[in-house]
Amino acid sequence: MSENLWTRCNNCQRILYKEDILENHSVCPACGFHFRLSASERLAMLFDDGRFDVVDHGVCPLDPLKFVDSQNYGQRLEESQKKTMLPEAVVNAVGTMGGIKVIIAAMDFAFMGGSMGSVVGEKITRAVERAVKEKMPLIIVSCSGGARMQEGALSLMQLAKTSAALARLEEAKLPFISVLADPTTGGTTASFAMLGDINIAEPNALIGFAGPRVIEQTIKEKLPKGFQRSEFLLKHGQLDDVVPRKNLKNYIVRAMRLFLNRPQ
Amino acid sequence: MNVSEDFYQLEKPIVLLKEQINALDLNEEPGKKEKIAALRLDIEREWAKIYPNLTPTQIVQIARHPKRPYSLDYINNLMRDFMEIHGDRRFADDPAVVTGFAFYKGESVAVIGQQKGRTTRERIERNFGQMNPEGYRKALRLVKMAEKFGFPVISLIDTPGAYPGIGAEERGQAEAIAYNLKVFSILRVPIVVVIIGEGGSGGALGIGVGDSVTMLENSFYSVISPEGCAAILWKDQNSVAQAAENMKIRAQDLFALGIIDKIIPEPAGGAHIDPEQTFKNVDKVLSQTLKKLEQKPKEELLEERYQKFRKMGIYVEK
Repeated sequence: MSENLWTRCNNCQRILYKEDILENHSVCPACGFHFRLSASERLAMLFDDGRFDVVDHGVCPLDPLKFVDSQNYGQRLEESQKKTMLPEAVVNAVGTMGGIKVIIAAMDFAFMGGSMGSVVGEKITRAVERAVKEKMPLIIVSCSGGARMQEGALSLMQLAKTSAALARLEEAKLPFISVLADPTTGGTTASFAMLGDINIAEPNALIGFAGPRVIEQTIKEKLPKGFQRSEFLLKHGQLDDVVPRKNLKNYIVRAMRLFLNRPQ
Repeated sequence: MNVSEDFYQLEKPIVLLKEQINALDLNEEPGKKEKIAALRLDIEREWAKIYPNLTPTQIVQIARHPKRPYSLDYINNLMRDFMEIHGDRRFADDPAVVTGFAFYKGESVAVIGQQKGRTTRERIERNFGQMNPEGYRKALRLVKMAEKFGFPVISLIDTPGAYPGIGAEERGQAEAIAYNLKVFSILRVPIVVVIIGEGGSGGALGIGVGDSVTMLENSFYSVISPEGCAAILWKDQNSVAQAAENMKIRAQDLFALGIIDKIIPEPAGGAHIDPEQTFKNVDKVLSQTLKKLEQKPKEELLEERYQKFRKMGIYVEK
């Protein structure tokens, strides 16, 4: 696969030279479509010189409910771990952005749709608590279908756990910038992803509480074009801005400088 | 969302016995007390045969039973002078949730209750207990007032889930729930949560963060409805039972997982067979819990609430 130098844009269908896409932050040079980033690509893109220290790496998932659908959950976890080379769907890392020490938690959609079970909830909470302890700004890049069904109500409780931690971050008066990437839905949106001092999204990301199919089935109508996309949320007052990937790092650094009263 | 014909057949012997009790209760006749007591025993015997074999799907049917007591039934039976407050002062009033103040055991409390309708008209009006963002924001307004006046909060949960609609998304359903989770977690008054029927995911949790979370024996609490889970993971509606089984949604499962603090027993046949007894059982747990929480110093209360949710989750550290 790696020998293949060409790829097709999911959006405009143009055949593109892979190198060109990578140089353009994994954004289609022709139509501006934002390809999904892995957690490590995201971290490398945001931290200064692409350098960072991964933390909380040892927190690993179990199969507490012995959940079995077409496959058992334990197997699903193993496959995702093999595929992504990650222990779970979020990576916490510490480093600097524009010279400011920060902690970033970046979610990885390739790991079971970025879903939040006990481990994702625990790691997000640890990221928040580390930010409080070391007085750092917090950045979470969400990319997640929501709570993970295979851990049942344990997953649901992660919404409460992460949000409670963020209440403490607020009491510590530290900034939290929430970045929503395509897609961010369900329990992830209904907890930490919507609780930033600043909530920003990449262009055309699907963001919502209920998934579009569920809504369509409930109201028995076709959904309007652009519904639940970043620009729609911005228009309805649910986001602070829509920020193209190439501007994302500068945006975050500028926001932190303003919040921390630290002019360049 | 309906109760199946199978379940009505299953509970029929108990319903018939209960009807005999109701008929006896209407008039005075010699030996009435003894007859009723004997019939009650029959109900218990009958239920003892049925209950151990109930599947999680059948528990879901009890939780969704159209005769099951709803929030307003508890409020009207356990509290006095309930004064409902309406609206989020931003957009609308959400009839899927009632909020207000009342006296409970002679003290002011703030109450939130997700409310389903009893008649078809009322069900539609109350949107089947599915809240919109303004419902969460109305609840938020109430708890902030409770904090201001120093009243404890009692929150009754009974919802299939937050409403998945266009308007709900436009007005920030996710943000409304998320913000409540954050505010409830640091609210400086005791919060007592009771799941009385359906605990439908984020829609339930949006008013469900508290110092004590208890569940009626035949209610359920789930990350997604069994129907929703079956549709996504099995891609067919014949797997609803499997989904319900796998997700561990029953009170005893959730107690074992450390998600709830206590199970409130229901009378034989379920809450709807003997609502009076159900109210008594809930009353007992509510009053004991409130008494205990109100004695706690605020900082201790808040630290314990934080740790309660902080500890939830099962993982391994490598």
